[in-house]
Amino acid sequence: MTPTLDIANLTKTFDGVKALSDVSLSVSRGERVALLGHNGAGKSTLMKIILGLIPADAGRIDVCGSAPGGPAARAKVAYLPENATFHSALTGLEQIAFYMRLRGESPKGAMALLERVGLAHAARRRIGTYSKGMRQRVGLAQALIGHPSLLVLDEPTSGLDPVSRRDFYELLDGLAAEGAAILLSSHALTEVEARTDRLLILSGGQMVAEGTLNALRRKAALPVAIQVSAINGYDVDLLRAFPDAIKLGNTVRLTCTQDDKLDTLAQVAALRDKVADIDVIPPSLEEIYAHFSRRSGQ
Amino acid sequence: MIERIYATAVTEIHIARRNRWVLIAVVLMVVFSLVLSAVGSAPVGGLGADRLSVTVASLTSLSVYLVPLVALLMSFDAVAGEVERGTLPLLLTYPVGRGEVLLGKLLAHSTILIIALVAGYGAAALIAVATDPAAVAGFGALWRLTWTSVLLGATFLGIGYALSALARRASGAAGLAIGVWLGLVVLYDLALLAAVVADDGGIFTTQVFPTALLANPADAFRIFNLTASQATAAASGVGAAAGALPLWQTLLSLCLWPLAALGLATLAFRRAEP
Ligand SMILES: Nc1ncnc2c1ncn2[C@@H]1O[C@H](COP(=O)(O)OP(=O)(O)O)[C@@H](O)[C@H]1O
Ligand SMILES: [Mg+2]
Repeated sequence: MTPTLDIANLTKTFDGVKALSDVSLSVSRGERVALLGHNGAGKSTLMKIILGLIPADAGRIDVCGSAPGGPAARAKVAYLPENATFHSALTGLEQIAFYMRLRGESPKGAMALLERVGLAHAARRRIGTYSKGMRQRVGLAQALIGHPSLLVLDEPTSGLDPVSRRDFYELLDGLAAEGAAILLSSHALTEVEARTDRLLILSGGQMVAEGTLNALRRKAALPVAIQVSAINGYDVDLLRAFPDAIKLGNTVRLTCTQDDKLDTLAQVAALRDKVADIDVIPPSLEEIYAHFSRRSGQ
Repeated sequence: MIERIYATAVTEIHIARRNRWVLIAVVLMVVFSLVLSAVGSAPVGGLGADRLSVTVASLTSLSVYLVPLVALLMSFDAVAGEVERGTLPLLLTYPVGRGEVLLGKLLAHSTILIIALVAGYGAAALIAVATDPAAVAGFGALWRLTWTSVLLGATFLGIGYALSALARRASGAAGLAIGVWLGLVVLYDLALLAAVVADDGGIFTTQVFPTALLANPADAFRIFNLTASQATAAASGVGAAAGALPLWQTLLSLCLWPLAALGLATLAFRRAEP
């Protein structure tokens, strides 16, 4: 089956500055893909090209079997732009009803949509009185209109508190289960982590890594930290056993590669009567993300 | 297509109502119309015309300034506001054409303008008829003034949309709108009069001047209404100098301008990259 979104060798230059170079990616039915990258990495540019808002310089783009921005694609694709604030004089209900009419849907369903994003209580209030997170939910509600085949969401969780963010990902789970393909962007790996099927890391306009979080973790092969608390007075023995370790307060900190992890733990376990506790600290999400987005020379 | 234009118009009416544009437009038109019909009551006997026809002549001079102003005030935010709120890219991913968006806004803003015109002109007409029974003879002139005002308003709405798309920022669009209003409605006539005086009956006065008047929608509006009601004698300034323009020419200019302005707006909007 062909993917809902298929992009090959996409290139875009703004006044001599390369915003995207040779980017290829695809998103299939029911798949949630996160596009990660620092500010200026090219995430928004890539999304605008997918939506047909700006033309690409080179490359092939296939959106739901047709060209980006054409009538067929527009009917099937939903978009959440970054930082959309909507008109402060309209109520949430009026704003959603308007977007429903543009899609040829009956505006009667507007309240149900606002309920889905948790805005029913404020539906008849002006958007001018909404918080940033509430405006973000208005944007999300309009992206749900008419069961789109592809959702392109630009930094959808910025401005959302942790509880709202969890609700948001639950909503995405439901949409993906119904067969929607979802491409969302974020500048923080911690925001998307386990809630997406695949991660794409964009850096300086280039795709520098792609895969599940576990695959990326293995590929980065970042050192693992092992923190050992010695029983009173025995930390000297530990430092003698592991010459590369450093003393941090009451604990001793060792580092090793992923492959050496079990061996190192066995060595520590051999000193059982001198050790009070062990913590294994895997590389943090931010470290993995920084590893990939820095490699391209940023 | 009709559905999408209508949806846009309904939304724009909501916005205009909340932002008090409807109220402001109506109050402006009514207050100025009432003031004019009070002031304009003096020379009735001298002209031999009915009271309403005299009021219409004064309203024509008023509307030349006020209708373009109200139209530009309603329209300068149309595209620039969407850009600033970050909703333009979103709107353009919907199955709606840019022409449909503009037509929807035009429909809403014209409706508001018509409401304001009917309220203002209507109040003035009521006063005229109440004080002078012969004033019913002026209804033809009043009707003419009303529909030409709508055409003039549509022209400046279109110009406002074009400026809004070109400026991309509401503050910039507002500045451009004020500049265009001053230029077309105030300075244009002053410059023409100065040139006519300096030329003293030469080529400029006979050849360039009439064309220059037709090229400006505000002048075409004024001259069409004054000529049609044979009131050029009572007019002053440019109106008086232009009695020689045939009616059909000013009418053609009045009808072509809204189309040209809307075409211009569509072109400017098409070029705006989100
Ligand atoms: N319209 C534009 N004109 C010129 N440069 C642009 C334009 N849009 C984006 N850029 C540049 O392209 C690069 C990528 O921007 P963007 O896609 O917005 O990044 P992100 O969304 O990942 O933060 C940046 O260097 C930005 O300055
Ligand atoms: Mg961005």
